[in-house]
Amino acid sequence: MSVSNLWVLAEPARGDVTTTSKELISEARRLGATVTAITWGANDDVARVVGSYGASRLWDLGDLGAILPASVVANTVASLLEGETPDAVLIPASNDGRDIAGRLSARLDTPVLTNVTGLRDGATLESEHPIFGGTHTVLARLRDSAPGLFVVRAKSFSATPDGVDVALRESVTPVTSSRTATIRSSHVEERNGPALEDAKVVVSGGRGLGDASSYALVEELARLLDGAPGASRAIVDAGWVPYSHQVGQTGKTVKPDLYVACGISGATQHMVGMKGAANVIAINKDPDAPIFAISDFGVVGDVQRVLPALIELLKARA
Amino acid sequence: MNVVVCVKQIPDPAATPSLDAEHRLDRSGKLILDEADTYGVEVALRLVEASGDGEVSLVSMGDATDVTGIRSALAMGAMRATVVSDPLLKGADALTTAKVLAAVISRDVPDLVLAATESSDGYTGTLPVQLAELLGLPALTFATSVAVESGDVVVHRQTELGYDEVVAALPAVVTVTAGVVEPRYATFKGIMAAKSRTVEVLSVADLGLDASALVPRQEVVSVELAATKNAGEKYVDDGEGAARIVAFLERIKILAGSAS
Repeated sequence: MSVSNLWVLAEPARGDVTTTSKELISEARRLGATVTAITWGANDDVARVVGSYGASRLWDLGDLGAILPASVVANTVASLLEGETPDAVLIPASNDGRDIAGRLSARLDTPVLTNVTGLRDGATLESEHPIFGGTHTVLARLRDSAPGLFVVRAKSFSATPDGVDVALRESVTPVTSSRTATIRSSHVEERNGPALEDAKVVVSGGRGLGDASSYALVEELARLLDGAPGASRAIVDAGWVPYSHQVGQTGKTVKPDLYVACGISGATQHMVGMKGAANVIAINKDPDAPIFAISDFGVVGDVQRVLPALIELLKARA
Repeated sequence: MNVVVCVKQIPDPAATPSLDAEHRLDRSGKLILDEADTYGVEVALRLVEASGDGEVSLVSMGDATDVTGIRSALAMGAMRATVVSDPLLKGADALTTAKVLAAVISRDVPDLVLAATESSDGYTGTLPVQLAELLGLPALTFATSVAVESGDVVVHRQTELGYDEVVAALPAVVTVTAGVVEPRYATFKGIMAAKSRTVEVLSVADLGLDASALVPRQEVVSVELAATKNAGEKYVDDGEGAARIVAFLERIKILAGSAS
Protein backbone atom coordinates (compact mmCIF):
# COMPACT_ATOMS: atom_id res chain seq x y z
CA MET A 1 0.00 0.00 0.00
CA SER A 2 1.43 3.33 -1.00
CA VAL A 3 -1.25 5.70 0.15
CA SER A 4 -1.21 6.89 3.73
CA ASN A 5 -2.47 10.46 3.73
CA LEU A 6 -5.26 11.76 1.50
CA TRP A 7 -7.03 15.11 1.44
CA VAL A 8 -10.57 15.42 0.14
CA LEU A 9 -12.31 18.62 -0.82
CA ALA A 10 -15.72 18.45 0.85
CA GLU A 11 -17.87 20.76 -1.20
CA PRO A 12 -20.67 22.41 0.78
CA ALA A 13 -24.28 21.96 -0.32
CA ARG A 14 -27.10 23.64 1.57
CA GLY A 15 -25.83 22.96 5.08
CA ASP A 16 -24.38 19.56 4.17
CA VAL A 17 -21.56 18.46 1.88
CA THR A 18 -22.25 17.04 -1.58
CA THR A 19 -22.83 13.32 -2.02
CA THR A 20 -19.75 13.11 -4.25
CA SER A 21 -17.66 14.55 -1.40
CA LYS A 22 -18.95 11.79 0.89
CA GLU A 23 -18.14 9.18 -1.75
CA LEU A 24 -14.57 10.47 -1.98
CA ILE A 25 -14.06 10.50 1.80
CA SER A 26 -15.38 6.91 1.98
CA GLU A 27 -13.07 5.76 -0.81
CA ALA A 28 -10.04 7.53 0.69
CA ARG A 29 -10.74 5.68 3.93
CA ARG A 30 -11.16 2.37 2.07
CA LEU A 31 -7.75 2.94 0.47
CA GLY A 32 -6.40 2.83 4.01
CA ALA A 33 -5.43 6.45 4.30
CA THR A 34 -5.74 8.99 7.06
CA VAL A 35 -8.31 11.36 5.60
CA THR A 36 -8.43 15.11 5.94
CA ALA A 37 -11.53 16.91 4.65
CA ILE A 38 -11.37 20.55 3.61
CA THR A 39 -14.56 22.58 3.48
CA TRP A 40 -15.90 26.12 3.34
CA GLY A 41 -19.24 27.83 3.74
CA ALA A 42 -20.54 24.82 5.66
CA ASN A 43 -22.51 24.60 8.88
CA ASP A 44 -21.42 23.42 12.32
CA ASP A 45 -22.58 19.87 11.72
CA VAL A 46 -20.04 19.15 8.99
CA ALA A 47 -17.34 17.82 11.32
CA ARG A 48 -19.75 15.09 12.41
CA VAL A 49 -20.86 14.38 8.81
CA VAL A 50 -17.35 14.07 7.31
CA GLY A 51 -16.25 12.13 10.41
CA SER A 52 -19.02 9.61 9.92
CA TYR A 53 -17.72 8.85 6.41
CA GLY A 54 -14.15 8.44 7.61
CA ALA A 55 -12.38 11.80 7.82
CA SER A 56 -10.36 12.22 11.00
CA ARG A 57 -9.63 15.90 10.51
CA LEU A 58 -11.62 18.79 9.05
CA TRP A 59 -10.10 22.04 7.91
CA ASP A 60 -12.85 24.62 7.76
CA LEU A 61 -12.32 27.84 5.84
CA GLY A 62 -15.61 29.24 7.08
CA ASP A 63 -17.93 31.50 5.14
CA LEU A 64 -16.26 32.93 2.03
CA GLY A 65 -19.13 35.29 1.18
CA ALA A 66 -20.86 35.58 -2.18
CA ILE A 67 -17.93 34.74 -4.45
CA LEU A 68 -16.94 31.92 -6.74
CA PRO A 69 -14.84 29.95 -4.24
CA ALA A 70 -12.14 28.52 -6.55
CA SER A 71 -9.50 31.19 -6.22
CA VAL A 72 -9.64 31.50 -2.41
CA VAL A 73 -9.97 27.76 -1.81
CA ALA A 74 -7.04 26.99 -4.13
CA ASN A 75 -4.89 29.68 -2.47
CA THR A 76 -5.68 28.31 0.96
CA VAL A 77 -5.11 24.66 0.04
CA ALA A 78 -1.81 25.65 -1.60
CA SER A 79 -0.74 27.32 1.63
CA LEU A 80 -1.80 24.29 3.71
CA LEU A 81 0.30 22.13 1.39
CA GLU A 82 3.38 24.06 2.45
CA GLY A 83 3.13 22.38 5.84
CA GLU A 84 2.23 18.85 4.82
CA THR A 85 2.38 16.70 1.69
CA PRO A 86 -0.48 14.22 1.31
CA ASP A 87 -0.31 11.54 -1.39
CA ALA A 88 -3.17 13.13 -3.23
CA VAL A 89 -5.95 15.68 -3.11
CA LEU A 90 -9.28 14.24 -4.27
CA ILE A 91 -11.69 16.78 -5.72
CA PRO A 92 -15.37 16.25 -6.67
CA ALA A 93 -16.10 16.78 -10.37
CA SER A 94 -18.50 19.69 -10.02
CA ASN A 95 -18.33 23.15 -11.57
CA ASP A 96 -16.59 24.58 -8.51
CA GLY A 97 -14.51 21.42 -8.06
CA ARG A 98 -13.15 21.68 -11.58
CA ASP A 99 -12.36 25.35 -11.10
CA ILE A 100 -10.54 24.69 -7.82
CA ALA A 101 -8.56 21.86 -9.42
CA GLY A 102 -7.49 24.11 -12.30
CA ARG A 103 -6.38 26.92 -10.00
CA LEU A 104 -4.58 24.55 -7.65
CA SER A 105 -2.83 22.78 -10.51
CA ALA A 106 -1.42 26.05 -11.83
CA ARG A 107 -0.53 27.29 -8.35
CA LEU A 108 1.38 24.10 -7.50
CA ASP A 109 2.73 23.60 -11.01
CA THR A 110 1.44 20.04 -10.95
CA PRO A 111 -0.83 18.41 -13.55
CA VAL A 112 -4.34 17.31 -12.70
CA LEU A 113 -6.14 14.16 -13.78
CA THR A 114 -9.85 14.73 -14.43
CA ASN A 115 -12.86 12.53 -15.21
CA VAL A 116 -11.59 9.92 -12.77
CA THR A 117 -14.03 7.04 -12.17
CA GLY A 118 -11.81 4.72 -10.16
CA LEU A 119 -8.61 4.73 -8.08
CA ARG A 120 -6.08 1.94 -7.66
CA ASP A 121 -3.38 1.87 -5.09
CA GLY A 122 -0.27 0.47 -6.74
CA ALA A 123 3.32 1.66 -6.54
CA THR A 124 1.67 5.03 -6.79
CA LEU A 125 -1.98 6.07 -6.92
CA GLU A 126 -3.42 5.27 -10.35
CA SER A 127 -6.69 6.55 -11.75
CA GLU A 128 -9.25 5.09 -14.13
CA HIS A 129 -10.76 7.21 -16.90
CA PRO A 130 -13.51 6.08 -19.27
CA ILE A 131 -12.94 6.87 -22.96
CA PHE A 132 -14.78 6.26 -26.22
CA GLY A 133 -18.20 6.27 -24.59
CA GLY A 134 -17.03 4.05 -21.76
CA THR A 135 -16.00 1.09 -23.94
CA HIS A 136 -12.39 1.44 -22.77
CA THR A 137 -10.74 2.45 -19.53
CA VAL A 138 -7.49 4.37 -19.43
CA LEU A 139 -5.34 3.76 -16.37
CA ALA A 140 -3.20 6.84 -15.71
CA ARG A 141 -0.76 8.14 -13.15
CA LEU A 142 1.21 11.25 -12.41
CA ARG A 143 4.99 11.26 -12.57
CA ASP A 144 7.00 13.03 -9.88
CA SER A 145 3.97 14.93 -8.64
CA ALA A 146 3.11 15.04 -5.00
CA PRO A 147 0.43 15.56 -4.15
CA GLY A 148 -1.46 14.09 -7.09
CA LEU A 149 -4.55 16.05 -8.03
CA PHE A 150 -7.55 13.93 -9.05
CA VAL A 151 -10.97 15.23 -10.07
CA VAL A 152 -13.41 12.37 -9.52
CA ARG A 153 -16.83 11.94 -11.10
CA ALA A 154 -19.99 11.49 -9.04
CA LYS A 155 -21.10 7.92 -8.21
CA SER A 156 -17.67 6.45 -8.88
CA PHE A 157 -17.67 5.10 -5.32
CA SER A 158 -20.28 4.34 -2.70
CA ALA A 159 -20.65 6.64 0.28
CA THR A 160 -20.63 4.50 3.41
CA PRO A 161 -20.98 6.08 6.83
CA ASP A 162 -18.87 3.51 8.71
CA GLY A 163 -16.91 5.83 10.95
CA VAL A 164 -18.66 7.07 14.05
CA ASP A 165 -16.21 9.72 15.14
CA VAL A 166 -16.49 13.43 14.77
CA ALA A 167 -13.62 14.79 12.69
CA LEU A 168 -11.27 17.08 14.59
CA ARG A 169 -12.22 20.49 13.35
CA GLU A 170 -9.65 23.21 12.82
CA SER A 171 -10.53 26.67 11.56
CA VAL A 172 -8.32 27.87 8.75
CA THR A 173 -8.03 31.51 7.78
CA PRO A 174 -8.77 31.75 4.05
CA VAL A 175 -5.99 33.16 1.88
CA THR A 176 -7.69 35.95 -0.04
CA SER A 177 -7.38 36.52 -3.75
CA SER A 178 -7.55 39.55 -6.00
CA ARG A 179 -8.88 37.31 -8.78
CA THR A 180 -12.34 36.73 -7.43
CA ALA A 181 -15.68 36.88 -9.19
CA THR A 182 -18.70 37.97 -7.19
CA ILE A 183 -22.07 36.22 -7.17
CA ARG A 184 -24.70 38.95 -7.54
CA SER A 185 -27.74 36.72 -7.36
CA SER A 186 -28.78 33.07 -7.51
CA HIS A 187 -31.71 31.77 -9.52
CA VAL A 188 -33.39 28.45 -8.78
CA GLU A 189 -35.36 26.68 -11.47
CA GLU A 190 -38.49 24.87 -10.29
CA ARG A 191 -38.69 21.12 -10.58
CA ASN A 192 -41.07 18.50 -9.23
CA GLY A 193 -40.73 14.78 -8.51
CA PRO A 194 -37.64 12.89 -7.37
CA ALA A 195 -34.21 14.48 -7.83
CA LEU A 196 -32.52 13.30 -11.02
CA GLU A 197 -29.42 11.95 -9.28
CA ASP A 198 -31.45 9.94 -6.74
CA ALA A 199 -34.34 8.70 -8.90
CA LYS A 200 -34.83 4.93 -9.35
CA VAL A 201 -36.10 5.58 -12.86
CA VAL A 202 -34.78 8.22 -15.25
CA VAL A 203 -36.45 8.99 -18.57
CA SER A 204 -34.31 11.18 -20.83
CA GLY A 205 -34.96 12.88 -24.12
CA GLY A 206 -32.65 13.94 -26.94
CA ARG A 207 -32.67 15.52 -30.36
CA GLY A 208 -34.71 12.64 -31.75
CA LEU A 209 -37.76 14.10 -30.01
CA GLY A 210 -37.88 16.53 -32.90
CA ASP A 211 -38.96 19.64 -31.06
CA ALA A 212 -39.07 21.18 -27.59
CA SER A 213 -42.78 20.59 -27.06
CA SER A 214 -42.30 16.82 -27.39
CA TYR A 215 -40.28 16.86 -24.18
CA ALA A 216 -43.68 16.77 -22.45
CA LEU A 217 -43.85 13.07 -23.50
CA VAL A 218 -40.61 12.42 -21.59
CA GLU A 219 -41.96 14.20 -18.51
CA GLU A 220 -45.22 12.29 -18.71
CA LEU A 221 -43.49 8.91 -18.99
CA ALA A 222 -41.17 9.82 -16.10
CA ARG A 223 -44.18 10.74 -13.97
CA LEU A 224 -45.97 7.48 -14.76
CA LEU A 225 -42.87 5.49 -13.75
CA ASP A 226 -42.27 7.58 -10.58
CA GLY A 227 -39.05 8.73 -12.19
CA ALA A 228 -37.24 11.94 -13.04
CA PRO A 229 -36.95 13.46 -16.51
CA GLY A 230 -33.44 13.95 -17.90
CA ALA A 231 -31.93 15.24 -21.10
CA SER A 232 -28.97 14.99 -23.45
CA ARG A 233 -26.65 17.96 -23.75
CA ALA A 234 -27.91 18.58 -27.28
CA ILE A 235 -31.39 19.63 -26.15
CA VAL A 236 -30.10 21.54 -23.13
CA ASP A 237 -27.81 23.49 -25.46
CA ALA A 238 -30.76 24.01 -27.79
CA GLY A 239 -32.63 25.61 -24.90
CA TRP A 240 -35.45 23.02 -24.76
CA VAL A 241 -34.87 22.19 -21.09
CA PRO A 242 -32.77 23.68 -18.26
CA TYR A 243 -29.24 22.51 -17.54
CA SER A 244 -30.38 20.96 -14.27
CA HIS A 245 -31.89 18.15 -16.43
CA GLN A 246 -28.65 17.33 -18.22
CA VAL A 247 -27.22 13.82 -17.91
CA GLY A 248 -23.65 13.25 -19.06
CA GLN A 249 -20.06 14.31 -18.86
CA THR A 250 -20.89 17.94 -18.15
CA GLY A 251 -24.18 17.19 -16.46
CA LYS A 252 -25.32 14.76 -13.82
CA THR A 253 -24.20 11.16 -13.39
CA VAL A 254 -27.10 8.82 -12.73
CA LYS A 255 -27.22 5.16 -11.72
CA PRO A 256 -30.93 4.31 -11.66
CA ASP A 257 -32.55 0.88 -11.80
CA LEU A 258 -33.97 1.89 -15.16
CA TYR A 259 -32.85 4.45 -17.73
CA VAL A 260 -35.07 5.13 -20.71
CA ALA A 261 -33.27 6.97 -23.55
CA CYS A 262 -35.77 8.55 -25.93
CA GLY A 263 -34.36 9.87 -29.18
CA ILE A 264 -30.81 9.88 -27.79
CA SER A 265 -28.12 8.59 -30.15
CA GLY A 266 -25.57 7.96 -27.39
CA ALA A 267 -22.68 10.38 -27.74
CA THR A 268 -19.72 9.72 -25.43
CA GLN A 269 -20.68 12.88 -23.57
CA HIS A 270 -24.04 11.31 -22.67
CA MET A 271 -23.05 7.66 -22.14
CA VAL A 272 -20.54 8.34 -19.38
CA GLY A 273 -23.33 9.91 -17.35
CA MET A 274 -25.73 6.96 -17.51
CA LYS A 275 -23.93 3.75 -18.39
CA GLY A 276 -24.06 2.63 -14.75
CA ALA A 277 -27.84 2.18 -14.98
CA ALA A 278 -28.95 -1.37 -14.10
CA ASN A 279 -31.32 -1.51 -17.09
CA VAL A 280 -31.36 0.63 -20.21
CA ILE A 281 -34.22 0.94 -22.68
CA ALA A 282 -33.51 2.86 -25.88
CA ILE A 283 -35.98 4.15 -28.42
CA ASN A 284 -34.35 5.57 -31.54
CA LYS A 285 -35.07 5.77 -35.24
CA ASP A 286 -31.49 4.96 -36.22
CA PRO A 287 -30.82 1.21 -35.88
CA ASP A 288 -27.07 1.95 -35.74
CA ALA A 289 -27.28 4.52 -32.91
CA PRO A 290 -24.48 3.79 -30.37
CA ILE A 291 -27.01 3.81 -27.52
CA PHE A 292 -28.30 0.39 -28.67
CA ALA A 293 -24.87 -1.14 -27.95
CA ILE A 294 -25.39 -0.59 -24.21
CA SER A 295 -29.16 -1.12 -24.12
CA ASP A 296 -30.85 -4.13 -22.57
CA PHE A 297 -33.94 -3.46 -24.62
CA GLY A 298 -34.06 -1.44 -27.81
CA VAL A 299 -36.91 -0.32 -30.01
CA VAL A 300 -35.95 0.98 -33.43
CA GLY A 301 -38.73 3.42 -34.06
CA ASP A 302 -40.02 6.97 -33.88
CA VAL A 303 -40.29 8.28 -30.32
CA GLN A 304 -43.23 10.38 -31.50
CA ARG A 305 -45.16 7.14 -32.07
CA VAL A 306 -43.73 4.83 -29.41
CA LEU A 307 -43.92 7.23 -26.45
CA PRO A 308 -47.64 8.18 -26.81
CA ALA A 309 -48.51 4.49 -27.18
CA LEU A 310 -46.44 3.57 -24.14
CA ILE A 311 -47.99 6.37 -22.09
CA GLU A 312 -51.49 5.15 -23.05
CA LEU A 313 -50.66 1.58 -22.01
CA LEU A 314 -49.29 2.72 -18.66
CA LYS A 315 -52.30 4.97 -18.00
CA ALA A 316 -54.62 2.06 -18.77
CA ARG A 317 -52.88 0.02 -16.05
CA ALA A 318 -53.03 2.74 -13.43
CA MET B 1 -12.59 45.88 -26.72
CA ASN B 2 -10.14 43.16 -27.65
CA VAL B 3 -11.07 39.54 -27.11
CA VAL B 4 -8.88 36.48 -27.47
CA VAL B 5 -10.62 33.15 -28.06
CA CYS B 6 -8.86 29.85 -27.34
CA VAL B 7 -9.64 27.37 -30.11
CA LYS B 8 -8.56 23.84 -30.93
CA GLN B 9 -8.42 21.66 -33.99
CA ILE B 10 -9.59 18.16 -33.13
CA PRO B 11 -10.13 14.84 -34.97
CA ASP B 12 -13.56 14.79 -36.57
CA PRO B 13 -15.92 13.58 -33.79
CA ALA B 14 -18.02 11.82 -36.45
CA ALA B 15 -15.11 9.48 -37.21
CA THR B 16 -14.30 6.49 -34.99
CA PRO B 17 -11.57 7.58 -32.56
CA SER B 18 -8.48 5.48 -31.97
CA LEU B 19 -5.34 5.59 -29.86
CA ASP B 20 -1.76 5.69 -31.11
CA ALA B 21 1.08 3.48 -29.87
CA GLU B 22 1.62 5.76 -26.88
CA HIS B 23 -2.05 5.51 -25.87
CA ARG B 24 -2.74 9.04 -27.04
CA LEU B 25 -5.69 10.05 -29.16
CA ASP B 26 -4.66 9.52 -32.78
CA ARG B 27 -4.59 13.00 -34.31
CA SER B 28 -2.97 12.01 -37.60
CA GLY B 29 -6.19 12.25 -39.63
CA LYS B 30 -7.95 15.38 -40.77
CA LEU B 31 -8.50 17.94 -38.02
CA ILE B 32 -11.46 20.29 -37.81
CA LEU B 33 -12.32 23.23 -35.57
CA ASP B 34 -13.91 21.97 -32.35
CA GLU B 35 -17.55 22.91 -32.72
CA ALA B 36 -17.57 23.83 -29.01
CA ASP B 37 -15.19 26.68 -29.86
CA THR B 38 -17.54 28.29 -32.37
CA TYR B 39 -19.71 29.54 -29.50
CA GLY B 40 -16.82 31.42 -27.93
CA VAL B 41 -15.95 32.95 -31.29
CA GLU B 42 -19.55 34.07 -31.75
CA VAL B 43 -19.76 35.57 -28.23
CA ALA B 44 -16.46 37.38 -28.85
CA LEU B 45 -17.62 38.80 -32.18
CA ARG B 46 -20.85 40.09 -30.64
CA LEU B 47 -19.05 41.74 -27.71
CA VAL B 48 -16.53 43.44 -30.01
CA GLU B 49 -19.28 44.55 -32.39
CA ALA B 50 -21.28 45.99 -29.48
CA SER B 51 -18.27 47.85 -28.13
CA GLY B 52 -17.61 49.47 -31.51
CA ASP B 53 -13.86 48.97 -31.51
CA GLY B 54 -11.18 46.36 -31.06
CA GLU B 55 -10.99 42.91 -32.59
CA VAL B 56 -11.25 39.19 -32.01
CA SER B 57 -8.09 37.12 -32.25
CA LEU B 58 -7.51 33.40 -31.83
CA VAL B 59 -4.90 31.37 -29.98
CA SER B 60 -4.34 27.67 -30.41
CA MET B 61 -1.83 24.93 -29.79
CA GLY B 62 -1.38 21.92 -32.02
CA ASP B 63 -0.11 20.72 -35.35
CA ALA B 64 -0.18 23.62 -37.81
CA THR B 65 0.36 21.59 -41.00
CA ASP B 66 -3.28 22.16 -41.89
CA VAL B 67 -5.00 25.17 -40.35
CA THR B 68 -8.30 24.86 -42.23
CA GLY B 69 -10.16 24.68 -38.92
CA ILE B 70 -8.52 27.87 -37.67
CA ARG B 71 -9.36 29.55 -40.99
CA SER B 72 -13.01 28.65 -40.50
CA ALA B 73 -13.01 30.70 -37.27
CA LEU B 74 -11.29 33.55 -39.10
CA ALA B 75 -14.03 33.31 -41.73
CA MET B 76 -16.59 33.96 -38.99
CA GLY B 77 -14.87 37.29 -38.35
CA ALA B 78 -11.80 36.83 -36.16
CA MET B 79 -8.96 39.00 -37.48
CA ARG B 80 -5.84 36.94 -36.77
CA ALA B 81 -4.64 33.73 -35.19
CA THR B 82 -1.57 32.48 -33.38
CA VAL B 83 -0.86 28.75 -33.37
CA VAL B 84 1.91 27.27 -31.25
CA SER B 85 3.11 24.16 -33.03
CA ASP B 86 6.11 22.23 -31.83
CA PRO B 87 7.08 18.54 -31.69
CA LEU B 88 8.15 19.23 -28.09
CA LEU B 89 4.47 19.63 -27.22
CA LYS B 90 3.34 16.17 -28.33
CA GLY B 91 1.39 14.64 -25.48
CA ALA B 92 1.21 17.93 -23.59
CA ASP B 93 -1.14 17.89 -20.62
CA ALA B 94 -3.65 20.65 -19.91
CA LEU B 95 -1.30 22.57 -17.61
CA THR B 96 1.43 22.58 -20.24
CA THR B 97 -1.08 23.78 -22.82
CA ALA B 98 -2.17 26.52 -20.42
CA LYS B 99 1.45 27.63 -19.97
CA VAL B 100 1.93 27.84 -23.72
CA LEU B 101 -1.31 29.76 -24.32
CA ALA B 102 -0.55 32.05 -21.36
CA ALA B 103 2.83 32.87 -22.93
CA VAL B 104 1.07 33.89 -26.16
CA ILE B 105 -1.72 35.86 -24.50
CA SER B 106 0.54 37.68 -22.04
CA ARG B 107 2.40 39.32 -24.95
CA ASP B 108 -0.61 41.61 -25.26
CA VAL B 109 -3.26 41.00 -22.60
CA PRO B 110 -6.76 41.55 -24.05
CA ASP B 111 -9.86 42.73 -22.19
CA LEU B 112 -11.34 39.27 -22.24
CA VAL B 113 -10.20 35.70 -22.87
CA LEU B 114 -12.92 33.28 -23.96
CA ALA B 115 -12.81 29.48 -24.16
CA ALA B 116 -15.22 26.56 -24.30
CA THR B 117 -15.87 24.85 -20.95
CA GLU B 118 -14.01 21.84 -22.34
CA SER B 119 -12.79 20.45 -25.64
CA SER B 120 -14.83 17.79 -27.40
CA ASP B 121 -11.88 15.39 -27.77
CA GLY B 122 -10.09 15.39 -24.42
CA TYR B 123 -12.81 16.64 -22.04
CA THR B 124 -10.21 17.63 -19.43
CA GLY B 125 -12.01 20.88 -18.67
CA THR B 126 -9.34 22.55 -16.58
CA LEU B 127 -7.34 24.53 -19.15
CA PRO B 128 -9.24 27.85 -19.01
CA VAL B 129 -8.95 28.12 -15.22
CA GLN B 130 -5.28 27.09 -15.27
CA LEU B 131 -4.82 29.82 -17.86
CA ALA B 132 -6.63 32.34 -15.63
CA GLU B 133 -4.39 31.45 -12.70
CA LEU B 134 -1.22 31.78 -14.79
CA LEU B 135 -2.38 35.14 -16.16
CA GLY B 136 -3.54 36.34 -12.73
CA LEU B 137 -7.12 36.87 -13.86
CA PRO B 138 -10.58 36.06 -12.49
CA ALA B 139 -12.33 33.11 -14.15
CA LEU B 140 -16.08 33.02 -14.75
CA THR B 141 -16.92 29.51 -15.86
CA PHE B 142 -19.87 27.61 -17.36
CA ALA B 143 -21.40 30.82 -18.72
CA THR B 144 -24.69 30.63 -20.60
CA SER B 145 -24.75 34.37 -21.25
CA VAL B 146 -21.98 36.97 -21.34
CA ALA B 147 -22.34 40.76 -21.20
CA VAL B 148 -19.97 43.65 -20.56
CA GLU B 149 -21.11 46.52 -18.33
CA SER B 150 -18.79 49.48 -17.69
CA GLY B 151 -15.55 47.59 -17.28
CA ASP B 152 -17.09 44.49 -15.73
CA VAL B 153 -18.03 41.21 -17.30
CA VAL B 154 -21.36 39.76 -16.17
CA VAL B 155 -22.31 36.15 -16.86
CA HIS B 156 -25.03 33.67 -16.06
CA ARG B 157 -23.21 30.65 -14.66
CA GLN B 158 -24.85 27.22 -14.72
CA THR B 159 -25.44 25.74 -11.27
CA GLU B 160 -26.97 22.49 -10.06
CA LEU B 161 -30.23 24.28 -9.33
CA GLY B 162 -30.41 26.97 -11.99
CA TYR B 163 -27.93 29.77 -12.52
CA ASP B 164 -25.97 32.45 -10.69
CA GLU B 165 -25.38 35.94 -11.98
CA VAL B 166 -21.63 36.45 -11.55
CA VAL B 167 -19.58 39.61 -12.08
CA ALA B 168 -15.85 40.40 -12.21
CA ALA B 169 -13.69 43.29 -13.33
CA LEU B 170 -12.04 43.03 -16.75
CA PRO B 171 -9.67 41.64 -17.84
CA ALA B 172 -11.01 38.18 -17.12
CA VAL B 173 -11.29 34.64 -18.48
CA VAL B 174 -14.79 33.38 -19.31
CA THR B 175 -15.76 29.86 -20.38
CA VAL B 176 -18.94 29.44 -22.35
CA THR B 177 -21.19 26.40 -22.74
CA ALA B 178 -22.27 25.26 -26.17
CA GLY B 179 -25.59 26.75 -27.12
CA VAL B 180 -24.94 30.08 -25.38
CA VAL B 181 -25.48 31.72 -28.78
CA GLU B 182 -26.11 30.54 -32.32
CA PRO B 183 -22.74 30.67 -34.12
CA ARG B 184 -22.94 32.52 -37.42
CA TYR B 185 -22.19 30.81 -40.70
CA ALA B 186 -19.20 32.16 -42.55
CA THR B 187 -20.24 34.18 -45.57
CA PHE B 188 -18.49 33.90 -48.93
CA LYS B 189 -16.99 37.31 -48.23
CA GLY B 190 -15.79 36.08 -44.84
CA ILE B 191 -14.22 32.97 -46.31
CA MET B 192 -12.38 35.05 -48.91
CA ALA B 193 -11.23 37.58 -46.28
CA ALA B 194 -9.99 34.76 -44.03
CA LYS B 195 -7.57 33.58 -46.71
CA SER B 196 -5.54 36.77 -46.35
CA ARG B 197 -5.60 36.99 -42.56
CA THR B 198 -2.43 36.16 -40.68
CA VAL B 199 -2.00 32.80 -39.01
CA GLU B 200 1.18 33.24 -37.00
CA VAL B 201 2.89 29.91 -36.24
CA LEU B 202 5.25 29.88 -33.26
CA SER B 203 7.55 27.33 -31.69
CA VAL B 204 8.27 26.87 -27.99
CA ALA B 205 11.61 28.64 -28.51
CA ASP B 206 9.88 31.59 -30.20
CA LEU B 207 7.93 32.12 -26.99
CA GLY B 208 11.06 31.90 -24.86
CA LEU B 209 9.61 28.98 -22.90
CA ASP B 210 11.90 26.54 -21.15
CA ALA B 211 11.36 23.19 -22.89
CA SER B 212 12.24 21.25 -19.74
CA ALA B 213 9.23 22.77 -17.97
CA LEU B 214 6.91 21.37 -20.65
CA VAL B 215 7.67 17.66 -20.30
CA PRO B 216 4.43 15.67 -19.81
CA ARG B 217 4.11 14.55 -16.21
CA GLN B 218 1.10 12.33 -16.58
CA GLU B 219 1.35 8.97 -18.23
CA VAL B 220 -0.96 6.24 -19.35
CA VAL B 221 -0.20 2.96 -17.61
CA SER B 222 -2.55 0.87 -19.75
CA VAL B 223 -5.77 0.92 -21.74
CA GLU B 224 -8.25 -1.80 -20.93
CA LEU B 225 -11.52 -2.88 -22.46
CA ALA B 226 -14.18 -1.78 -20.01
CA ALA B 227 -16.55 -4.37 -18.66
CA THR B 228 -19.61 -3.37 -20.61
CA LYS B 229 -22.67 -5.48 -21.00
CA ASN B 230 -23.56 -6.81 -24.41
CA ALA B 231 -26.36 -5.23 -26.34
CA GLY B 232 -29.67 -6.77 -25.39
CA GLU B 233 -32.79 -7.39 -27.42
CA LYS B 234 -33.66 -4.99 -30.20
CA TYR B 235 -36.93 -4.78 -32.12
CA VAL B 236 -37.94 -2.71 -35.07
CA ASP B 237 -41.18 -1.01 -34.09
CA ASP B 238 -44.01 -2.71 -35.91
CA GLY B 239 -46.69 -1.01 -33.84
CA GLU B 240 -45.99 -3.35 -30.93
CA GLY B 241 -42.94 -1.47 -29.62
CA ALA B 242 -44.79 0.07 -26.69
CA ALA B 243 -46.32 -3.25 -25.65
CA ARG B 244 -42.93 -4.93 -25.83
CA ILE B 245 -41.49 -2.23 -23.56
CA VAL B 246 -44.29 -2.81 -21.05
CA ALA B 247 -43.49 -6.53 -21.08
CA PHE B 248 -39.82 -5.75 -20.49
CA LEU B 249 -40.73 -3.41 -17.60
CA GLU B 250 -42.66 -6.29 -16.04
CA ARG B 251 -39.74 -8.65 -16.52
CA ILE B 252 -37.35 -6.31 -14.68
CA LYS B 253 -40.02 -5.67 -12.03
CA ILE B 254 -40.34 -1.96 -12.63
CA LEU B 255 -43.99 -2.74 -13.30
CA ALA B 256 -45.95 -5.41 -11.46
CA GLY B 257 -46.82 -8.33 -13.74
CA SER B 258 -50.20 -8.05 -15.45
CA ALA B 259 -53.00 -10.24 -14.13
CA SER B 260 -53.78 -11.87 -17.44
